[in-house]
Amino acid sequence: MSINTHNTHIIHGFQYHAPTSVAEAVKLLDEHGEEAAVLAGGTDLIPKMKQALIKPRHVVNLKHIPELAGVREEAEQIRIGALTRLRDLERSIIVTEKLPLLHEAVAAIGSVQIRNMATVGGNLCNASPAADSAQALVALGAKANIAGPSGERSIELESFFTGPGRTVLGRGEFLASLTLPYTEEGSRSAFIKLGRTSLDLATVSIAVNAKMKRETVEGIRVVMGAVAPTPLRLRNVEQYLMRKKLTVEAIEEAGRLASESIKPITDIRGTAEYRRLASKGLAMEALTRILEDSRRDK
Amino acid sequence: MKITIKVNGKPRGLDVEPNTLLLNLLRGDMLLTGAKYGCGLGECGACTVLLDGESVLACMTLAVDADGRNVETVEGLGEYDSLHPIQEAYIEEGAIQCGFCTPGFIMSTKALLSEKPQPTETEIREYLKGNMCRCTGYVNIVRAVQSAAAKMKGPG
Repeated sequence: MSINTHNTHIIHGFQYHAPTSVAEAVKLLDEHGEEAAVLAGGTDLIPKMKQALIKPRHVVNLKHIPELAGVREEAEQIRIGALTRLRDLERSIIVTEKLPLLHEAVAAIGSVQIRNMATVGGNLCNASPAADSAQALVALGAKANIAGPSGERSIELESFFTGPGRTVLGRGEFLASLTLPYTEEGSRSAFIKLGRTSLDLATVSIAVNAKMKRETVEGIRVVMGAVAPTPLRLRNVEQYLMRKKLTVEAIEEAGRLASESIKPITDIRGTAEYRRLASKGLAMEALTRILEDSRRDK
Repeated sequence: MKITIKVNGKPRGLDVEPNTLLLNLLRGDMLLTGAKYGCGLGECGACTVLLDGESVLACMTLAVDADGRNVETVEGLGEYDSLHPIQEAYIEEGAIQCGFCTPGFIMSTKALLSEKPQPTETEIREYLKGNMCRCTGYVNIVRAVQSAAAKMKGPG
């Protein structure tokens, strides 16, 4: 009988660590370097280990470090612990009321079971170009706070990703939390995800966060997923839309620019051509929703 | 590694390897074969159990990660001659055919109804979308959840 053809077991053995402090976790990850894997929700790590795509000799579970989980309102910003489960994020009153874009994006991820397990930090560190939370968090201007051997450093989440499955994290480092500015008066957002079923990873997704004055754009971030090696911020679309009234023509042109700016590939979920066409439609749809929202509240 | 988990209300002390998956521990060591191995990759929901009351996938959970926690499987729900209202409802509504997906569906339903005792059809479909059924289809399953909700609410 062949072993594990149906992913029933993790075949290789490993040493398990459950540090209870950030310092202890950093020390373990630094000591074991590339032989260590971080365990958060496990929804990406465990399947990879079952399929023997990776065989870490040390697994470091970060779930026993209390300060890494939860959503907190601080004076200038909202802090989200990297180990916050997607389900807790989705249900957080702070997120629902103050970061509706993030709520929407997280609620669109996987199934209830997956969201009960998976963490926001895991979703980001797995660095899938299709990770739904990433688009929303980049659109909201999140900073990634990274713990490591030389203390904590903060970078723009936008620069956290370096390619599919790759991040800036170095030896001994892990994502500890995200900090987001409070959204300003007049903020409008939209998140749209295309997939074959609602359980799927995105074929194309978009998150837009805009500051509107009536129908005029006063600030905007447009981020697309699954159209480039990393979540992609469409700066030329943003620049084009700045201080523009969202007319039908402006929305159409923004869609055209979005379609031009992406770097899509053909994969199991869709062709590059499809992604180009869909990107235009998605950008137009997202901007139209934002326009309708700003009209409604006038 | 020594762990203690409560399984269907009973505390159990166990010695497990770090790479042991919760599902294999339940099915292989404890002979609780209700939760099933489907895809092994988190797509199908056949291995759904409750961990501290929340639905999770036992095939992607390390046994050591369940240390100190409360695991509920379909075996903890009812006995052969005194079924849980959710189990009764699934049978009455014809929501079971081959039965492979049923334990997972029933545990997801239990989590749903404890969170939201009277869910709408949309809420039911959304909550159960991580569980797949390849034979009865979902219409009867949705009906079973609605019927279970009514049973558990009781008269009045």
